[in-house]
Amino acid sequence: MDDRKGIVLTDEEKRRRRARSIAIGLFLGALCLFFYIITIAKLGPGVLNRAL
Amino acid sequence: MTPAFARVSLAEPGDYFALMKPRVMSLVVFTALTGLAIAPGPINPVLALASLLAIAVGAGASGAFNMAADADIDAVMARTRNRPIPAGRVTREEALAFATPLAIGSVAVLGVVANWLAAGLLAFTIFFYAVIYTQWLKRSTPQNIVIGGAAGAFPPMIGEAAMSGHIGAAGIVLFLIIFLWTPPHFWALALVKSDDYARAGVPMMPNVAGEASTRAQILLYTLVLVPFALAPYELGFAGLSYLAVALVSGLGMIWCAWRVYRDRDGEAARKSAWRLFGFSIVYLFLLFAALLAEQLAAPTMRLLGLA
Repeated sequence: MDDRKGIVLTDEEKRRRRARSIAIGLFLGALCLFFYIITIAKLGPGVLNRAL
Repeated sequence: MTPAFARVSLAEPGDYFALMKPRVMSLVVFTALTGLAIAPGPINPVLALASLLAIAVGAGASGAFNMAADADIDAVMARTRNRPIPAGRVTREEALAFATPLAIGSVAVLGVVANWLAAGLLAFTIFFYAVIYTQWLKRSTPQNIVIGGAAGAFPPMIGEAAMSGHIGAAGIVLFLIIFLWTPPHFWALALVKSDDYARAGVPMMPNVAGEASTRAQILLYTLVLVPFALAPYELGFAGLSYLAVALVSGLGMIWCAWRVYRDRDGEAARKSAWRLFGFSIVYLFLLFAALLAEQLAAPTMRLLGLA
């Protein structure tokens, strides 16, 4: 018998937690892309100026 | 009582977005964009866009700080009782935990992407709105939105500083236009919602100085604002199309303010105040749209080979 006690999330709570998790994931992904783009933009043409 | 750790959040991502006051944020983006556009010198579009995003997120963070601090007021006002905190979907602690990294992050990003003068101005704006206005002025003086209006007036100055590295006459003039625009705009709303504000204990001008004095002050501020809004043309950073827009819409603004001054009773008074509230938004939008259009027109014409 499972006698563990604790909070059991309702379906609605699970759905909302999932929505928040997806939003945080998308935000973090967008943030990585954002930092990559501004890094390239800040470096400008200098990004290509290196010994190959 | 349910222990705090047992509370399960019912917030959806949209609730956190609502904490950032998206409508205020859109006005901030628009005025900051105009500030970016009037800054002299070449503009890197990627960095301009990144700066704009940082300013928008900074504004959003101050909105969330405001909602965390004002939850008690928001709960008793019809207009705001459905906001995420008074409605119980987000706690104050969650709102603060959301706003703090956004505020720090937006200032840091603006500092790295643009310069530290613009970042400093953004940090000051967030502090001014979240602490000076929200925690102090709003609850203590009928001049709350007059002084607090500075927070809403900074974005074009931040935009200009982000692109040029300094604060010029144009940024200061745009700051003053929004600063002078704020009292007629908010007092028109306060006239309609004075019962709400009284219930919440917020000392808005109509509740403290009375409606007659508020109507006179609205007219006075409008009579100062409309001629002052011609300054961009006088100072040479706006052209004839801006002048025409500022003159025509300025006359509309004076007419609306005059009606508020004249219509003092019943449904007519309510209608006049709503009309001024609505038109003041259109007025500010038109001024900044005209400035922006003029700034964008020349490069667009060059691009299309028309000039």
